[in-house]
Formats: sequence, structure tokens, C-alpha cells
Amino acid sequence: MKAGLYFVDGGIACAEGAIYAGCRFFAGYPITPATSIVEQMALRLPQVKGYYVQMEDELASMAAIIGASWSGGKTMTATSGPGFSLMQENLGYAYLTETPVVVVDAQRSGPSTGQATMPGQQDVMQARYGTHGDIAPIAFCPWSVQEMFDFTIHAFNYAEKFRTPTLVMADGEICYMREPLTIPKSSAFPVLNRNRFTKSHPRPEEIFLRYEMPRFGDGHNLLVTGSAHRPNGVRDYTPTFHRATIEWIFKKSQQAGQALFEEKLDLEASHLDSAESVVVSFGAAARPAYHAVQTAQKNGVNVGFVRLKTLWPFPEAHLKALLKDIQRIFVVEMNMGMMVHEVARIACQADVISIPKVAGEVHDAKEILKAVMEADAV
Amino acid sequence: MNKSENKLGKPQEYYRERYLRNLPTAFCAGCGNGTILNCFVRAVDALIQDKQLQHQNLLSVSGIGCSAWIPSPHFKGDTLHTTHGRAIAFATGAKIMNPKLQVTVFTGDGDGAAIGGNHLIHAARRNIPMTVILVNNLNYGMTGGQSAPTTPLHVQTSTYPKNPETPFDLSQLMLGAGATYVARWTTYYVNEIVDTLKEAMIHPGFSFIEIISQCPTYAARFLTEFQTSLTPKEQEQFRRQPGAWMLKALKGKKTGVANGHPRYQITLQEKPIDLGVFKQERRPTLIDYLQGLWNNKGDA
Repeated sequence: MKAGLYFVDGGIACAEGAIYAGCRFFAGYPITPATSIVEQMALRLPQVKGYYVQMEDELASMAAIIGASWSGGKTMTATSGPGFSLMQENLGYAYLTETPVVVVDAQRSGPSTGQATMPGQQDVMQARYGTHGDIAPIAFCPWSVQEMFDFTIHAFNYAEKFRTPTLVMADGEICYMREPLTIPKSSAFPVLNRNRFTKSHPRPEEIFLRYEMPRFGDGHNLLVTGSAHRPNGVRDYTPTFHRATIEWIFKKSQQAGQALFEEKLDLEASHLDSAESVVVSFGAAARPAYHAVQTAQKNGVNVGFVRLKTLWPFPEAHLKALLKDIQRIFVVEMNMGMMVHEVARIACQADVISIPKVAGEVHDAKEILKAVMEADAV
Repeated sequence: MNKSENKLGKPQEYYRERYLRNLPTAFCAGCGNGTILNCFVRAVDALIQDKQLQHQNLLSVSGIGCSAWIPSPHFKGDTLHTTHGRAIAFATGAKIMNPKLQVTVFTGDGDGAAIGGNHLIHAARRNIPMTVILVNNLNYGMTGGQSAPTTPLHVQTSTYPKNPETPFDLSQLMLGAGATYVARWTTYYVNEIVDTLKEAMIHPGFSFIEIISQCPTYAARFLTEFQTSLTPKEQEQFRRQPGAWMLKALKGKKTGVANGHPRYQITLQEKPIDLGVFKQERRPTLIDYLQGLWNNKGDA
């Protein structure tokens, strides 16, 4: 879509962000709440000489975007909980082979088929630990239609810059919701392209443990494998080689965490001046949480607000500094309490209180306010 | 004739230097995988010499299992060694994003017909231009001889004392799924494999070649049981050189000619298995369709 102001749902915003970022290959399998992303990509990709392929399942969708990425394309898939589960094995392949791809999970209420189509935030730990083996993900978490657009572009930028899969942990609520969306002029929003693979590297035969991404068809005789490998791709189970690979994956995530902090993409905070308690939330749950904080402030209760914009790498140093003198931390999330454990891990002296919600609903601001006020009254 | 030359004309060193990485083989003595790699490089070389293919455009994709190790790491060209059963799905993405690539998938009967069966039938149906070489060694070799979807009925495997499952006829499956090129050989028919590969690799659509191959380490154990016609002396030879003897079981009788290739028939069990090229037809590929959409003007 041309630059301008639109009134669209989060799924369309996500797809437009992908097109803006230069995504030219999308493989997907229909699942709600990701449907509008998939349909918009199917409509839009042919218009920009791209490819939309409807695969036979989510395992195949994840596989196809990895294959297409190695053919030089910026690639993406979008799904929801059940599909995200099916993608986990091949997602692990993308981490090990350092393949830039973007996966959008429009989270819905599970486990299993659960309340199909109704929103949830129960996949946040699956994003972190879902695949077998050690990985270090980068996962964005949008809370508005505009952020569906913006964060999808950021996800591509971080995938390309760090040569790694990135995740957009959206949820059904944000995908269905219609809000104003501003699409900037082309090149107004920074878009990073792939670091070009050249033979002028000190060790040109090395295709892994570097930021430049090679491509099939360029005569490099690439050996790409999901087995442990040497930097040149030859399968090798020697401990030193595999340790180097895993440490490199973690190092990239650490560097990404620093970059996210510098770009102010890790979290945002408000009302923290002289606050004794703080509400921490993310995604759709942060909307009623923010409303509750504003209401509490009006009622003279000094409560701060922190919203995580990226869940992984968990912005622990930044958050720890912000919460240093806080007495009580409320963690609002649409699950039985998942990120609350991460917050508790870095909370120094504070009481950490979980405000969970399951049942396929976003919190009511009143219930958050009530929990905050009751704790304040004690 | 130079002693290192073979019937196809060029010395072994020629193929090894151009098309293979200098790495040790991991295959058991007598395994059919080396034969298949040999046939592949001969077909590739013929097509490159004929200017029908460019070396740098060759992409070999494989999954998990013995068959996956045929191109990875041995073949000198781009290789993508993927997860179990998903090679065809990875290959689909790689091919569509860069249609100039000539994509060959190496898969096995477990990888391609059990865990990856869904991707196999859908790639055939979509007519994605790629060549799938399915190495059917009648069992799961890499993990130690378990029952596969292709294991003959009633033989003893490491998971079933008497395999209760009717084996899959994969070429029939591919015909049903809409593959536009379907062939089946055994590792005995090396010249036929090379000729078929030369056609399949430039076939404008999805091509499928099933190669029934000897697994001297595991399948040989259960094949001895129904090779009841062997004399005690032959059975002793079978035990000493199971690969070579299994190859005899993979040699069949000529039954005619079809699609410009001879037809043969082998008998591993009561039901004979036909070998030959079963289908060669053309219809639009998925890439033709997807690129056709580019010309439709949308409300950009």
C-alpha cells in the first residue's frame, strides 16, 4: 500500500510491514488468528514480483521459508499456537544454520485446539524454549496495529543483521483489532538488507559463524546442515566446533539485546517517578494494564508502568535498573503466569504479584486496578 | 582402455575431482548409495557437457537417513541437509525463490514415504520442478533395521518379529499424486538410472525416481529368509558378501519397452515389481502459475 493513513486490522499491518521490509517469499498454512496476514500476503506478494505459496502444513511452511532464504530472499511465515508448535523443529534448524527468517505467531488460547481463534499469550515460553537444544531467540511483542507494522520491519532488520530467525509474538487481539496505521514513505523507515557474502573474508571457505549470508547458485558449493558442523559446513561432532556454534548463537542474541536497548526497542516505561509499585505487561494485555495505571494515578496511587517491546532477549539489565527501588511488581499477562518468572528472577526486594488471565479474553482494566489498589491498601 | 575407465568412458578421477569432495565415505561396504552417487555425477556431467545444466545452479537437498548422506557432504555443489522428512519442503522454497536452480532431492523410504510422505505427494501434485531420488532400501538403515513403510510383508526386522504391514508401492503413489515424470529402477540398472536422470533433471516439472537399493547390513538379514531358492553354498556366500548378493536379487527379467526405456520386473516377494519409466507428461508448474500472477495489475 502507498504511504498514508489507513484504518486496518493488525494482520494487514503486519503483512504491509513485511512487504515494506522487502519480504518476497511467504509460505503459510491457514490458521486463525493469522488468517488476515496470510491472505494479505497472498494478495500483495504477486504485485511486487514475490511468491506466496500455500503449503501442506506448518512444518512445510517453516521449511520452505528457510530454503527460500538460502536462495537469497527475505522470507516469512505466520501462524498461531498449534502451527507454532509444528514449526519448532525446523525453527531450531534455522537457528543452527543461522538462517534469517521471520516467524509471526498470532497467539491464541491453548493448549491444543483450545479456544481456537480467541487471543492468548501462552506461547511466550515456547518462543524461548520451544525447540530442542540451546537457542537464543529475538522476539518482538507488538501492542498496537502500528506496532504490527513497525515490529515486523524491525524483525526483518534484526534477522538480516544478525543472520538469525526472529519472532513477532503477536496475539489474536492485536491481529483482529482495527486501528489507524500510518505507512511511511519508502525509505522513511530504515530497512536493512542482508550482509553480502564475499570471498574477501580472511577464511573465505567459512560460511557459518559470520554475519554475511551466502546464497545458493553463486558457485560457493555451500554445505548447509542441521548437524553440528565446522565453520565451512562440514559435519563434525567434535565438542569444540559445536560449542563455538552455540556460543556464537548466544553472542548474537546478546549483541541484539544491546542494539534493541540502544534503539529503545526493548521496553518502554512511564509514571516511574517516585513510584512504589509498577505494572509490567506486554502485547494486548498491556493495553488494559496501561489504562489501569492511568486510572490509579488519577486516584492518587503512585504506580508505574513498564511495557516489554521485546520479550527475548529478556531486557533484564534495563528492567533491573528501573525496578531497583520498587516495592511491588504486578505482572499482567494472558496466561497462567509465564513472564512473571523472568521478572521475579531480576526483582531485588520487591514482591512480585502475578495477574494472570486465561479464557481467551483480554484483562478488564478494572480487575487490574482492583489488584493494584488492594495491594496498595495493605 | 585404461584400467580405471568404465563403460561410460571417463576415468573415475575425472568425476571425483570435478564433482566430489575429498571426504571419507560413511557407507557400509556393499551399500547401494555409492552406486547412486556415481550415477548422479555421470548424469550431471553429461548434462553439463551438453550445456543443459550449469554446475553452480545445482542444489542437492536431503533429509535424514542414509540416503541424505549421498550428496551431503560428498557432492561438490550447493547442498542443503535438512530435518527428517522435510527435504522436499525446504527444496520447494529454494526452487521457487530462485527458479534457475536445478534442485535434486535425495530421500529414502523412511524419510520420503513415512515421516515426509505428505510433502512428497503435495510437491508432486503442485508440479514443483525438481527431481526426487527416493532410495528405497526397504528398511530404516541408519537406526538399525527397523520396519519401514516399504519393508516386505512378514519379514523379521528389529521392531517386528513378522512385519505385519503391506509395503507401499511408491511409484504407484506418485502416479496417483500427479507427478509428471515417474520411474523406478534398482541399483543393478546403473545405465538406465543415468539415462533416466538425464531426462528427469531437465524435465520441466516434478520428476520422481525410486531406486530400490541393497542394504547389506540390515535388509540383507531379512532378505535371506525368503531367498529360499539359494543352495546352502549360496547362502554362505550371501552371508559373506550380502551387498553383492542382494544386487542379484535386484536384477530382473526384461518385459518390454515403454516411454523409450526398457521395462524389467523383479521379484522380492510373491508380487512382482515393475521397473522402467512409467510416465512422462507436461503440465504447467506452480512457478509458471505464480509468475503468471505478476502481470495481473492490482491496486498497489
